[in-house]
Amino acid sequence: MTDIDRNLINSESVLKKPPKGDCYIWLSGLGLSLCLLMVFFIIGLIVWEGTRAFWIKDIVQITLNQDSQTHIDGSKILGGEIVLKQQKSIAEVKKSGDPNESNMEWQLYVGNKDHYGFSFFYIDAGDIKTITKPGQLIKIEREEYGNLIGYPEKIIIDNDTAIDSDSSIFEGQFSTLVNEVADRRDEIKKLEKAEIGKINRKIKSFQLQKRTTDDPDSLKGLEEKLKSLQKEYEQLAERASRLRQTQNSHKLQCRLITGKRIIIPLGSIINYHYPNQMSISDKLFGFFQNISNFIVSNPREANTEGGIFPSIFGTFIMTLVMTLIVTPFGIITAIYLHEYASKGVWVRLVRIGVNNLAGVPSIVFGVFGLGFFVYFLGGSIDKLFFSESLPTPTFGTGGILWASLTLALLTVPIVIVATEEGLSAVPRGLREAGLACGASKWQCLYRIVLPASVPGILTGVILAMARGAGEVAPLMLVGVVKLAPSLPVDGIYPFFHLDQKFMHLGFHIYDLGFQSPDSEAAKPMVFATTLFLILLVVILNLTAVTVREKLRKKYSMSAI
Amino acid sequence: MTSVKRNSDIISINNFSFYYGLNQVLFDIDLRVVNNEIIAFIGPSGCGKSTLLRSINRMNDLIENTNHEGDIQLIGQSIYTRDLDVIGLRKRVGMIFQKSNPFPKSIYENIVFGLRIAGIKDKEVLDNAVEESLINAALWDEVKDRLHSSALGLSGGQTQRLCIARTIAIKPEIILMDEPCSALDPIAAGKIEETILELKKKFTIIIVTHNMQQASRISDRTAFFYLGKLIECGDTEHIFSNPHEKQTEDYISGRFG
Repeated sequence: MTDIDRNLINSESVLKKPPKGDCYIWLSGLGLSLCLLMVFFIIGLIVWEGTRAFWIKDIVQITLNQDSQTHIDGSKILGGEIVLKQQKSIAEVKKSGDPNESNMEWQLYVGNKDHYGFSFFYIDAGDIKTITKPGQLIKIEREEYGNLIGYPEKIIIDNDTAIDSDSSIFEGQFSTLVNEVADRRDEIKKLEKAEIGKINRKIKSFQLQKRTTDDPDSLKGLEEKLKSLQKEYEQLAERASRLRQTQNSHKLQCRLITGKRIIIPLGSIINYHYPNQMSISDKLFGFFQNISNFIVSNPREANTEGGIFPSIFGTFIMTLVMTLIVTPFGIITAIYLHEYASKGVWVRLVRIGVNNLAGVPSIVFGVFGLGFFVYFLGGSIDKLFFSESLPTPTFGTGGILWASLTLALLTVPIVIVATEEGLSAVPRGLREAGLACGASKWQCLYRIVLPASVPGILTGVILAMARGAGEVAPLMLVGVVKLAPSLPVDGIYPFFHLDQKFMHLGFHIYDLGFQSPDSEAAKPMVFATTLFLILLVVILNLTAVTVREKLRKKYSMSAI
Repeated sequence: MTSVKRNSDIISINNFSFYYGLNQVLFDIDLRVVNNEIIAFIGPSGCGKSTLLRSINRMNDLIENTNHEGDIQLIGQSIYTRDLDVIGLRKRVGMIFQKSNPFPKSIYENIVFGLRIAGIKDKEVLDNAVEESLINAALWDEVKDRLHSSALGLSGGQTQRLCIARTIAIKPEIILMDEPCSALDPIAAGKIEETILELKKKFTIIIVTHNMQQASRISDRTAFFYLGKLIECGDTEHIFSNPHEKQTEDYISGRFG
């Protein structure tokens, strides 16, 4: 072949064929874009729906056509927040056969569940005659039965004096009275939770002592103490019930949009506003207020109202305890496996076992946790240390400690694998340098290899945290509950109550979405809770990533 | 350079053979190293000179599935007996590696590492050791103002001298150097060579090198290895000007390797 021939062949191949493997680049790019698209879609949906739940919407008053079949309690005037406007299914439109009927339907949040029997209502868009937004419409957040939507008419003070809503002092009076109610509610809560709770705990411990002592003298002393405590308790209970009575002494009379008159005690009002009178800045302020209330307050009404503070706190504490358990456990295991165990069939088997452990369905861990931690370990602890309170279990029932241990077991393979990777990533030169300086294997490991592999180890911890915080199935068996009476960490000695049941954001989502008596009302809460679960995981991860970056800078191995 | 006092053998290698698994890489090596000399190991890649060097402080223990025959003695005492304190041995036989390997710590902490793990806590002792070993390694003037900054900020030549300082801080009797200049530019390598010649006053040095000029410049004696065998060992001047063996001559004159 001459040079000219060869050139010819080369130039032809350059012109005709694209380089081999080009289509695979496209394919991998496509995979990535699909992945990103899905992630952005789901994050976008959660953020949009989650934040929308806190926005204060206008309330509309709708008058329906006289000939329409739709009504609430016989009234053709109704109103509420417009939740969504949607196309009806074709089957539904055909079935009715009404020529006037529009193919659109509106879903309204009408509130007043105690009077209507429902809080969401569908109307046909074709039936609507007029829509107005009267400024007088008030939305009242109540302790029970969700929101009230209607026109305030008058405040009835102590069953005789009334302040009409037309009068100039109404607004001021109303707001002061509601503030007073809120203060009193805090006081009642403090009385019942903290002070009466304290006395209850004392009574309980004295009763336990009474059960165990045989000495008649100390028995007598205990009984006297119990009596005085009982007296104290009664006084406090009396004070609380008096406060409760005052809560209900003033009342508010309202007219619902349907025309019905109702009277509610002021004590049930948590918050109120006039959405139609609010400017954008008012609404923005209300929006942030709603978010902060959601974060810091306790849930009400089977979790469909109120906030999610106990869930956020429970998830946080559980993840923290889990991390504290899994990190040392995983690192120690990985060090032995990687550095000391002689490489053979056994170590290979153990490593395969560890990797497979990561693939076991999480519910299996839940069952194991229930059987081993709760019944066996917890039961033994109860028999040994808390035998006086049996048959009421202390540790022999689900609790945050057992949940954390179960999740630690679930996530330990992640930490082990990451630590082993981190250890192998340390250059051999560093180990040799340490040994050549006269360090023993342990000194070399502890002073050089481990610090240098900390970033890798932390990556494992981050992954474990993310997995642990989002896990729900095993928790349902080992200590998560729908509503926990108190937090696992509080100001009461011994401050950490690791035997206590707790609430969890993941379980909260499941409970709201699928176990709630009013799933429509819970829908915005599901999105909002999901948003906060994601935020919590992101915050935990960001913290760990920041720590890792700091350490990476410190132990950077770039020079080697 | 025949004026070296040949008082006593500090290391004697007797009929030493070494195997990686079934693969024999050293064959019956017999070699003596005397006090305060610099001996260079030369030879083509894969001839076993690094393996021999790493056998002297038992660095090869880290590699699995290795075997040896024969014996190496450090001042009349075998280093391959069962009850030998390997950590103690490595304190007596320091090592500099081909790639400089500073710890990801400050310059100061790098140098006192060996002393700290030996349990020395006295600040004055540590400070003095840092100054002395940095001066001996010809690095003191360059780093005395930033002892507590990271060692990873130093240049290649500086880190290699830092590694030398780290090794001599432990006060070993022998320093093994495994191609210490091969990753450095000529100027940095020249500085290291000067340092090595200075160190000769206090330490015995065994250096593995691929650089013939370097071997001829700094070593008192030279040992030529080929395919796992010690072909020839003698005064450097003699080896380079008038070797006994043809293989040595061929290698030195650049006909192979």
